[in-house]
Amino acid sequence: MSDIFSRRTVMKGAGATLGAAAFAHAMAPLTEWTQDLSVDAFLQKHYKELTRDEMARILVHLKAEAKQKYGRDVDIQDLPPQEGVSFGYALNLSVCIGCRRCAEACHQENNHDRSTGNSYIRVLEMQQGSLDLEHGNANYDHPVPAEGKYYLPVQCHQCDNAPCVKVCPVQATWKEPDGIVVVDYNWCIGCRYCEAACPYHARRFNWTKPEIPPEELNPDQGYLSNRVRPRGVVEKCTFCLHRTRAGRLPACLEACPTGARVFGNLLDPKSPIRWVLENKRVFVLKEELGTRPRFFYFFDK
Amino acid sequence: MRPAFAAVLLAFGGCGKDQPARFQPPPGAPTGKETLHQPAKLTSVESDQKDALGRPLRVACESCHSLRETKPMPSRPEELKEFHQGLQFRHGELACTSCHQASQPRSLHLATGEPLPMPEAVTLCAQCHGPQYRDFKAGAHGGMTGYWDLSKGDRTRNHCVSCHDPHSPKYAGGHPVMPPRHPSAQGEPDTKEPQHHE
Repeated sequence: MSDIFSRRTVMKGAGATLGAAAFAHAMAPLTEWTQDLSVDAFLQKHYKELTRDEMARILVHLKAEAKQKYGRDVDIQDLPPQEGVSFGYALNLSVCIGCRRCAEACHQENNHDRSTGNSYIRVLEMQQGSLDLEHGNANYDHPVPAEGKYYLPVQCHQCDNAPCVKVCPVQATWKEPDGIVVVDYNWCIGCRYCEAACPYHARRFNWTKPEIPPEELNPDQGYLSNRVRPRGVVEKCTFCLHRTRAGRLPACLEACPTGARVFGNLLDPKSPIRWVLENKRVFVLKEELGTRPRFFYFFDK
Repeated sequence: MRPAFAAVLLAFGGCGKDQPARFQPPPGAPTGKETLHQPAKLTSVESDQKDALGRPLRVACESCHSLRETKPMPSRPEELKEFHQGLQFRHGELACTSCHQASQPRSLHLATGEPLPMPEAVTLCAQCHGPQYRDFKAGAHGGMTGYWDLSKGDRTRNHCVSCHDPHSPKYAGGHPVMPPRHPSAQGEPDTKEPQHHE
């Protein structure tokens, strides 16, 4: 008896069982491997470490994936920042009427989920004379502009000292040379620290797979901007970098019916944005936090 | 010779056809132009009719005025007839003839009396609205579409009349688009956006 089941044999058997169980548990995520995640995507390197060839392959894959999931041919580009360009944005609060057309344009341009009505822009209805964002109402639904109110559209301020970038544990979000804070959606782990760190509530989380009918999908997409984000990652305004890096104006600016928005290159002394900064009374939100935003507000008078 | 050399360079440089179409400004690209939007209001009037596709039908000024003489300018908007009947006027204490030529109501005149064609109305508006004109010239009033970078493409600036009806220039508001998804929360000043938006 003792020959067959020696203490040693029992310990060996128990150890092997435990080891096998631990191994099975460690491998458990693989059993949950879904079609959403290809091996290539799983093994993909950080954006900044990708060579042009690797990025080219990723883009081919992403386009095929978009076609399969959303039933439409899309063009996904990875436009580099332009030399000598540093973006800035300003908004004239004297003329904004709170119509939310900017939020609507953002919703369409950036391929947001249709059912949630998501947008990178949140327009706050504010009491005149107050700058307390916590008392701004983003859910107003009455004719605008309302008496005694003014309207404060808030989106990512592309801070030069961005709290969201600092808190990311995996460096999935960073500041580009042209001033845009971007997210590599393929690197983001969805911890939402950045969302909590942003003093402007500018980041959004994809709780579900975004649903967009093929005919409404914007096929002009960028890897770091408006390609359809996977579930479980954080997303944000990129000043429409797929447009602006090609020289075009952001979608929210073109949609604004009152011309409240001014966009341009801060390094160009003749740009409209520079004129506003030099000639208008300009302020930034929560200046005391030292975030150094690139999004400015001004009044006409 | 030179294209062949470039092709060889491209081949060895790894810039094959499967490369992403990175933006490259075309060499010697023409500099983009900034043009002024020409609102239909300056050359046509509303007819209250709809076309076959249900769009509001506008009638070009020339439809009538090329066939018959324009009558002299009336003293008050209420005296206008036919297509111009019912014109709402809310623009300070101005008279019709402050901007229109009394004998030729289809064209404008500056404060100096100098005639001004309709499409150039910006100059007329600028006589009184100096600060707005200053901001407009700097690109900070009125909005635009197209390219911020004129070396990449064209840009269209809005005309004063694109947004402001010269006879009733205050910008009209309206009901906002993108209604809130949780109407129960509406109107409460303290409510944040619903959870799943965050």
